[in-house]
Amino acid sequence: MSGENLLARTDEAQLYRDLSRSNLVTTWKWFAGAGILSLVLLWGIGVFVYMMMTGMGVTGLNRPVFWGILIVNFVFWIGLSHSGTLISAILRLTHATWRAPILRAAEAMTAFSLMVGGLFPLIHLGRNWRFYYTIPYPNERGLWPNMRSPLMWDAVAINTYLIGSLTFLYVGMIPDLALLRDKSEGWRRKLYSILSLGFRGTHAEWRRYHRASTLFAILIIPVAVSVHSIVSWDFAMAKVPGWHSTIFAPYFVVGAIFSGIAGVVLVMAVLRRVFRLERVLTPLHFDNLGKLLCMMSLIWGYFYFTEFLTVWYNRNPEEWEVFSSYGKSFLPVFLLMIMCNFVIPFPMLCMKKVRRSIPAISFASFLVVVGMYCERILIVTASLARRNDPFIWHNYFPTWVELSITAASFAMFGLLYMIFSKLFPIMAISDIKERLFHTTERAFGGASVEAIALVEEGEEEGSE
Amino acid sequence: MKHRWGMAIDLDRCTGCGACVVACSAENNIPVVGEDEAGKGRLMHWIRVNRYWEEENPGARATYLPVPCMQCQRAPCEIVCPVYATYHSEDGLNAMVYNRCIGTRYCANNCPYSVRVFNWYDHKWEKPLDEQLSPDISVRSRGVMEKCTFCVQRIRRVKDQAASEGRKIRDGEVQPACVQTCPPGALVFGDLEDPESAISRLFKDPRRFRIFEHLGTEPHVVYLKRRKGAGA
Repeated sequence: MSGENLLARTDEAQLYRDLSRSNLVTTWKWFAGAGILSLVLLWGIGVFVYMMMTGMGVTGLNRPVFWGILIVNFVFWIGLSHSGTLISAILRLTHATWRAPILRAAEAMTAFSLMVGGLFPLIHLGRNWRFYYTIPYPNERGLWPNMRSPLMWDAVAINTYLIGSLTFLYVGMIPDLALLRDKSEGWRRKLYSILSLGFRGTHAEWRRYHRASTLFAILIIPVAVSVHSIVSWDFAMAKVPGWHSTIFAPYFVVGAIFSGIAGVVLVMAVLRRVFRLERVLTPLHFDNLGKLLCMMSLIWGYFYFTEFLTVWYNRNPEEWEVFSSYGKSFLPVFLLMIMCNFVIPFPMLCMKKVRRSIPAISFASFLVVVGMYCERILIVTASLARRNDPFIWHNYFPTWVELSITAASFAMFGLLYMIFSKLFPIMAISDIKERLFHTTERAFGGASVEAIALVEEGEEEGSE
Repeated sequence: MKHRWGMAIDLDRCTGCGACVVACSAENNIPVVGEDEAGKGRLMHWIRVNRYWEEENPGARATYLPVPCMQCQRAPCEIVCPVYATYHSEDGLNAMVYNRCIGTRYCANNCPYSVRVFNWYDHKWEKPLDEQLSPDISVRSRGVMEKCTFCVQRIRRVKDQAASEGRKIRDGEVQPACVQTCPPGALVFGDLEDPESAISRLFKDPRRFRIFEHLGTEPHVVYLKRRKGAGA
């Protein structure tokens, strides 16, 4: 019942129809979905304007909790963005044979969650209309941004990552765009002609394309790791008990990959269902991602344990107050985090049955996304709420304003993804075809198809 | 003429009356936010009087700790501001430029003393209260941070006065509103560059301590420890 088998015996026209179904038909359901998401997004924008006109007082923020779930959302979305490009790059470099159907969806996810996440530092500003004070350009105010501020490092890192991932996504899409150009008409043909940069599929072009995508894959990995390290330094550099910790950078990278993989699983499950890609996105892919997720859950658990252990043993009162608040005011969030990040998904994902069942693994991934959201709530708000001076301790609960903006961010992500799936190939058609080509060619010998395909793929880069 | 302003707070003298808070509010155009907002943790006071309870009822007794901005020499708030809205002045003060502030609130997060306050709304002064606003100080708009300045307007006035008379600033000539008003005289202010000043003597007092000294922020506000003894 292996997926490769199904793929290998598909004829090309059928395969193309399957893979580009998202581009070919626009159903009323698409319009309905996009309409609902647009409404939510518009509501969120309205609420944001209201917040900007009235002041940040409409949020639940206070002293000492100056950063709330708007910043949690920022970390959450940047975290989700993580695995897309990273998974895709690592799978490319390690020649994982099963990668082809995952690449595009994961890379697109990175780009869109970065776009959404990158808005939050601007949304949460007290004077959003002065955001351009942080942009380094010669100006008559005599004002240059302070490069010692981790916020500036953040801005640089996120912009680099956004540009890098968009380029990675685009370069990987060029052969597919050329394919679409050849098969489409009207305005789509014009659009794809421009975007495919005259790609004809000659040998020289393919060779350049492969070299470029390998190079990009190598370059994007350090960028991806650095981005979440720098996001963690927004916190770790500060003199806040519970934030100021050397473990934060690797811990955030791990957390980001963890939630990112869960995000990819969820997105793939939705795509599979909506665009009927059952033949391409097989249980094998979910199984493999499930193994990764299982391992990340373990690593996350280990990091959390080490961070907690040192504080627990040391009992430095400032830090201990933060951690002991997890057992008091923040107990529901803490329990939700532990359950959703480790206690439930880890044993679940150890079972092959769960990993191969798409509803089950989607459920586990959903838990992880929720758990990681809770983790960030704890990091951002609990540390501030129990900071140094007990006299000013204050709890925090978000208001409808922050919740509306949060909902709008999910709507915006969904909408971007929906529009993308209408305009661009959501499956990496050429990569899948390329793989198919290799597979069928070797199947000529008469041996079983899957076995040969798996061995062969490893030599792919070397043999060209 | 170089200055380094410092403040000493004698906890033996402090009664926790809160006059400093009132004086500061009147001097620095600090809005009164009302009960609801205060309950949400949004007081705008630049100096607060912390109250800690020792022991439970009965026999509970309160300890008071007035906390203004510490004007740290190595101020954590300054380095994290992405737009230099808060910076170190040549007198060693942490100055705040309201017009530059974009409201990231990072400075407030990085302040271990939590003395920075944020303008959650545009504040209104009902008539005739608007008449009492000091013209020396800007009224801050929504979305900017603010904090204790050691009454920098008073420092400037005295500096100008001394310069026009061609003399040095006398010890005790500069007094922030809180120091001027403190009924038991618990707050002392002065120039640490002047070795003869009262504040320089108090900085050498054996009772001297700083809050969160281990964080290495080198505050310019020191406290004099309460002596335990008869009647204390």
